[in-house]
Amino acid sequence: MYEVLSSFAQTGGLIYFVVMFGCALAYALWPSNKSKFDDAAQLPLSDKGPHHD
Amino acid sequence: MVQTHAYNYRDNTSLYLVSGALVFFLSLALLIARYAADQAMEVQSWTFIGLAMAFLLGTIFWASNNADRNPFDEAEYEDTIVKWGVIASVFWGLAGLLVGLIIALQLTFPNIFYFPELGWTNFGRLRPLHTSAVIFAFGGNVLIATSFYVVQRTCRTRLAGGMWPWFVFWGYQIFIVLAATGYLVGVTQSKEYAEPEWYVDWWLTLVWVGYLLVFLGTLWKRKEPHIYVANWFYLSFIVTIAMLHIVNNLSVPVSLTGSKSVQVFAGVQDAMTQWWYGHNAVGFFLTTGFLAIMYYFIPKRVNRPVYSYRLSIVHFWSLIFIYIWAGPHHLHYTALPQWAQTLGMAFSIMLWMPSWGGMINGVMTLSGAWDKLRTDPVVRMMVVSLAFYGMATFEGPLMSVRAVNALSHYTEWGIGHVHSGALGWVGYISFGALYCLAPWLWKRKDLYSNNLVEWHFWISTVGILFYMISMWFAGITEGLMWRAYNEFGFLEYSFVETVEAKHISYMIRALGGGLYFIGAVIMAYNLCRTALGHGEARDEVSATPQNDIHSTLQPAE
Ligand code: HEM
Ligand code: HEM
Repeated sequence: MYEVLSSFAQTGGLIYFVVMFGCALAYALWPSNKSKFDDAAQLPLSDKGPHHD
Repeated sequence: MVQTHAYNYRDNTSLYLVSGALVFFLSLALLIARYAADQAMEVQSWTFIGLAMAFLLGTIFWASNNADRNPFDEAEYEDTIVKWGVIASVFWGLAGLLVGLIIALQLTFPNIFYFPELGWTNFGRLRPLHTSAVIFAFGGNVLIATSFYVVQRTCRTRLAGGMWPWFVFWGYQIFIVLAATGYLVGVTQSKEYAEPEWYVDWWLTLVWVGYLLVFLGTLWKRKEPHIYVANWFYLSFIVTIAMLHIVNNLSVPVSLTGSKSVQVFAGVQDAMTQWWYGHNAVGFFLTTGFLAIMYYFIPKRVNRPVYSYRLSIVHFWSLIFIYIWAGPHHLHYTALPQWAQTLGMAFSIMLWMPSWGGMINGVMTLSGAWDKLRTDPVVRMMVVSLAFYGMATFEGPLMSVRAVNALSHYTEWGIGHVHSGALGWVGYISFGALYCLAPWLWKRKDLYSNNLVEWHFWISTVGILFYMISMWFAGITEGLMWRAYNEFGFLEYSFVETVEAKHISYMIRALGGGLYFIGAVIMAYNLCRTALGHGEARDEVSATPQNDIHSTLQPAE
């Protein structure tokens, strides 16, 4: 039981994390996301009050 | 710009709910005080009653004084709570550093600082007081205050929940006082950084869930399409701390009116849970929370977007995935299976990369504005904090290698590592944020005195260097002495000789701590005068003054 669990945790974990990291990387580097990120990066710099309607 | 409405509808629901919750817990505390199974529990209940009563009466008084206006006006940011957060941070910071100085002196001069008749002055009780005061009271308040400030500005909306943010803030202060006074009267469950007993744990859980909901609620009603990266870091800090806190504190109270409890896990499972918690308290409290500060305050202060937003996303996700697995490096050469130790070590080494990626992202935000390092001591403080972050996150992976850990574990090297992260990184990035916040919140043109910031910076930096170098020296010395054998195979040194060898280092460390404390006192003075509008802070400005002051200092634009 211990062997089964630990090999599952080790191999499964490795695959899972490499895939997840790949997704995060793809999301960050996806060309069409660039303009979105450029907008977001400006957020702290504006000094507007709360948007209220 | 902020519009003021002649009249707008005031929703009192959250006010009644918070008051109701307080009344409920007050009754519970009265019951416990009445039937307390031990004296410590009685003292703790009455402390809670006193504090919660003050909060309740304060709320009633405040609400009735503000009957003619809407204190939860959506057209304004909730900045008062951030002001209180700044005050609380400075107060607890000074307290925590002072206790650090006292225990440093106790270690250096044990006979002078020994009061057998005053149990609460014992090193064993003051040490957790120090660690909790600096991490949870000082660091926690800085994080709550800055997160409330940042999430409102980057979402362009007021904090969600009306009165609930105030419940989070004052509830958290009550948690701190209960924990701190508890240690002094001898209440502890003996888990490092998780010393408070079950009832304080439950209270903190409640407050923390409130914090999470306020934060999520604010993100939910945001008026900007994007969630700025700093908020991701804050959110990961809040969510992960909730998870760690709950799992590591799973315990069964011996009696519902007593202060003792029994842990659910035992043996190596308990150790692994504790250091999964302990390491991720470093990772998600002392790191991601303060990285959120970096991602907002450095761009804001130098008026430039972060160097690479893409890198910040990779930084975020890689930290999240890797940190959680590094805990076993605290348990090398223990009953923990070897593969788990190796796993912890491997993930610790991997951590080096995203840590430095983040650091570079912060530092490079200054590109094109490097002169600010010279002209603006607040920027310098924040950039130097990143240098210390880089140092601590380089040293950490090194220490997590089993062979290196064999030398460093149990020695002052660990203490040196902790404080290069704590004094250099956590301390300086927090001081930087507080120096930014005071003029922004109290609407002053500038700080009371930038010269005093220079003094703070240099005095503290010398203090940190004294602290770190003396501890490295002491740590490696004692580590080598412990493992020295003579030609007959006996240990070369008795234990007490290895303690004696550290005496001078201890004195230098205490001196360094003293300097660091003086620096913080200077900051407290400067921030007070800023809030009061003295010196260079005299002129009031209407909006967040950042762009006004520094637009003259923008050579690259
Ligand atoms: C005036 C500045 C400070 C002084 C003089 C000081 C002193 C000390 C001393 C003497 C210890 C006990 C070391 C031992 O048991 O051998 C300690 C532990 C500790 N301090 Fe500080 N400290 C200071 C500031 C800080 C700050 C700002 C933080 C965090 C933000 C911090 C976090 C810690 C932690 C986490 C420990 C426990 C380390 C461990 O168990 O390995 N300290 N400090
Ligand atoms: C990549 C990042 C880091 C890694 C891999 C790392 C690794 C380590 C290792 C191996 C130890 C010694 C464990 C032992 O021998 O008992 C340790 C202790 C410690 N580190 Fe780090 N560290 C990192 C960053 C930081 C930072 C930035 C801080 C503070 C802000 C910090 C705070 C601490 C504390 C408080 C302890 C003492 C824990 C105790 O009470 O025993 N670490 N770290």
